[in-house]
Amino acid sequence: MSLLLILLIVLPLAASVLIMLGAAPRVMALGAAVLNLLISVALFARYDLTAGGWQFLSEWKILPKLGINMTLGADGLTLTMLLLASLVTLSAIWIAPKIDKREGVYYVCLLFISAGVIGAFASLDVLFLYSFHELALIPTFIMIGVWGSGDRQAAAWKATIYLGLGSFILLIGLLALYLSIPAVSRTMDLRQLDQMAAAGTFHPSSVIYLILLVGFGSLVSLFPFHSWAPPAYACAPAPTAMMHAGVLKKFGLYGLIRIALPLFPEAMHQFNGLLLLLVIGNILYIGYITVAQKRLDWTIGYSSVMHMGYIFLGLASLNIIGVNGAMILMFAHGLSVAAAFALCGEIRRRTGTLDYSELGGLAKVTPVLGLLFGFAAMASVGLPGFANFAGEILVFFGATAYGPAMILPVIVGVWGVVISAIYMLRAYRSTFWGPMMARWESLTDITPTALWSIILLLVPLMIVGFYPQLLVKMVTTAIPR
Amino acid sequence: MNSLFLEIAVVLLGIVLLLVEAFSDRSNKDYLAYLGAVGLTGVLALSFFPQIGPLPASSEAAFITSDILSVFFVRFLLVATIVTLLMIPGYRTVLERYLPSERAGGGVGEFAILPLFVCAGLMWMVSSIDFIMIFVSLELATITLYVLVTYLRQNTASLEAGTKFLILGALSTGFIVYGISWIFGVTGTTNILALPAAISTLPESSLYALLFGIAMILVALSFKTGAFPFQFWIPDVYQGAPTPITSYLSVASKAAGFVVLIRFLLSLEAIPALANKLNAVITLLAALTLIFGNFAAIPQTNMKRLLGYSSVAHAGYLLMGIASLASLMAIPAIGFYFAGYLAMTMLAFVVLQAVSEATGGDEISRFNGLSKRSPFLAGAMLLSAASLAGIPFTAGFIGKLLIFEVALKQGHYGLVMLGCVTVAAGFYYYFKVIRAMYWQQPSEETVIPVSATTKWLILLLGAGILILGIYPAPLLAALR
Repeated sequence: MSLLLILLIVLPLAASVLIMLGAAPRVMALGAAVLNLLISVALFARYDLTAGGWQFLSEWKILPKLGINMTLGADGLTLTMLLLASLVTLSAIWIAPKIDKREGVYYVCLLFISAGVIGAFASLDVLFLYSFHELALIPTFIMIGVWGSGDRQAAAWKATIYLGLGSFILLIGLLALYLSIPAVSRTMDLRQLDQMAAAGTFHPSSVIYLILLVGFGSLVSLFPFHSWAPPAYACAPAPTAMMHAGVLKKFGLYGLIRIALPLFPEAMHQFNGLLLLLVIGNILYIGYITVAQKRLDWTIGYSSVMHMGYIFLGLASLNIIGVNGAMILMFAHGLSVAAAFALCGEIRRRTGTLDYSELGGLAKVTPVLGLLFGFAAMASVGLPGFANFAGEILVFFGATAYGPAMILPVIVGVWGVVISAIYMLRAYRSTFWGPMMARWESLTDITPTALWSIILLLVPLMIVGFYPQLLVKMVTTAIPR
Repeated sequence: MNSLFLEIAVVLLGIVLLLVEAFSDRSNKDYLAYLGAVGLTGVLALSFFPQIGPLPASSEAAFITSDILSVFFVRFLLVATIVTLLMIPGYRTVLERYLPSERAGGGVGEFAILPLFVCAGLMWMVSSIDFIMIFVSLELATITLYVLVTYLRQNTASLEAGTKFLILGALSTGFIVYGISWIFGVTGTTNILALPAAISTLPESSLYALLFGIAMILVALSFKTGAFPFQFWIPDVYQGAPTPITSYLSVASKAAGFVVLIRFLLSLEAIPALANKLNAVITLLAALTLIFGNFAAIPQTNMKRLLGYSSVAHAGYLLMGIASLASLMAIPAIGFYFAGYLAMTMLAFVVLQAVSEATGGDEISRFNGLSKRSPFLAGAMLLSAASLAGIPFTAGFIGKLLIFEVALKQGHYGLVMLGCVTVAAGFYYYFKVIRAMYWQQPSEETVIPVSATTKWLILLLGAGILILGIYPAPLLAALR
């Protein structure tokens, strides 16, 4: 029994308790985040690739009679997501500005989100996978409402209703899945479910897959269940948007890979047409909406929704290359969108606005900020040298290998890359180039703290971009054959 | 030592405390509440030594049983009463304001003693297997509750609430007596356990008379449990009654009503022709209660009314469990749901009482900026609201999970889908409180004082919510 995974969950919670008891919030939060990153890197490095499968297992009995236990474990995909979560958490906490009101609650919320996402990724029990995700949602809601900007309350409400309803649809799907298992062997343990499915003793109804797709899909902002996401990210404080768009949103995709892929191979084939239709909606429709945005934060928010389309496309290709691409893209998108939201936050903190009509030419006074944004934008578009490129290429290869049905989606996908180049370059130009308003002349460039916390996100992106094999080897261990 | 003994001990405790109150001239009556709580804790401890199972054949065995259901709910009622008694010292200033008396503290003492008699009545009710016994114990509980609801005799809201409660309570009493007499007339028995045998020998022609009697009893129990369409008294009475009594009403008296409903339905389950009809009725009742309770809660601006409607909503989820009684797991699920419901509802009322004491009102707007004025109270309310809404790692989540599970197992797919929608509605209205506490600015910045008793009460109830939410196995095992 390895205790490292539980430590990853307990550390942020313990730090929260200490903050509630009066310890210095920022110090405690940073300490927990640094330790978590170190542990994640250690786990990643120590994973035995030749053995594969679930490692670092631990188990606690919760509802043994119902086959529900808190089981933690990790394979290559889990570890990749844990690494993503720890990187983004540290960066988000590090870059958090000085908080005037209720600093303790702010950091407690961030730490709870962190504990929630890590728990969700490390749980081998379906119910806990779900529960930890919920644990991360409430603090998100509080953070947007308290420290957000703009029409924050309406945005937080909308997100809460969508995500709440999505979660419950998901819960019903999971319960239905559970009840469709023959009574003697009922379990929520992913490993046993996989075994049963692989042995052919378990054929859940394809209706359950549809329920799960809607449930997980709304959490990932799958078209047409996406409308909560852009306003929520635009109004959220930067660290919250980083955590949610970068990490928490990946939970839905993670769930589909973990649950739908091994358990519903036939249903996924059967309904692939539907999924592809929604994917085209995500890429093309949302892509064009993104181009029409007039604010930087909304552009990034919509772009994040759009890029989910590529990940879904990888899933829908139902082969090892495409799914591999989807997983790598999850990691890459998490880091690049977190960096973009962090930079949005920095710009908003300096100028008080993210409206393109008021921005422009900022690179003259904040050159480093502009450079970093350039990197984030290039990563987001999927330029070679960034992990995003590796992911997208694999997704397209995988989709092409699927067969003729994928021709249209692949064309749309490639066209989507052009669309995303259009809006990202436009965002970059409208913010950092061109004529600058006189009132921005006294702006200061990025602080060292913010600089390093963004470099923390960009460096892994480039490492994986130049050496994708590092991740490919890891996530391949998790793909059901 | 059977449950009859426990109830007698509670009544004796009440009588002793009445005497103590009469002969003591202390003006501060808090000690009575504490003494009552300590006494009930003693009774609770005694309850862990009963002989579980059918009582030895004797005259009392025809009326009272001590099966798992009754043993669990007897303890449940004792805990609910202890919590209510511990809330009373925090309510003293309000009581004294509306109870002017020549001698200091006059008339306040009984407020802490009367709940003991309600408790005894409800305890008998959950152990009863005979309609006569149910009726008598129900009356002991409700008549005492009439007094407690109207206790603030110079407060018009309390009087109005009491009058409504009295009239509708009397009406529901009428229904239950009428129903009992029809059933007795048809079957010749008032014993619930003897009903199946008596019904099976009935001629086809008396079935309608029997159904009429059953319907009357269902109406009366719908009043008690707050099920649609007999829930209309709840918001007004909850709002007007003294806060500790509101919390007691919504937890203890509702639970007792549900236990009687369970026993009644279980005995009729044995007759398939009836069971199918009843199941359809209960399913419909559950659906309507869910819809009404949840959607009527959305526009509420008063916290007590909100909790009132939310208690209707929770009755809907419980009815979902009752509609699935055929499943073996149904009773453990309902019992677990109630245990969680006790902790989260009473925690909400304890916080509400502290907040309204400090701010002078029950509206949700009084919670504005509570996280600044008292992070402790705000955190407790956050936990309670999260659990009421059904967020994981809380008792409310596991409770809903278990109920949904048995409902799905019994094929109530429509109900479960409806449950999903209403859970989302619940998110909306419970989060209204969270929003007020964390998003809004407080009207004043002063710190809200929390007494030591209240603090411990909050910590215990909060721990209960978390422990049941994280490690539910032991309680479920005890309920099986």
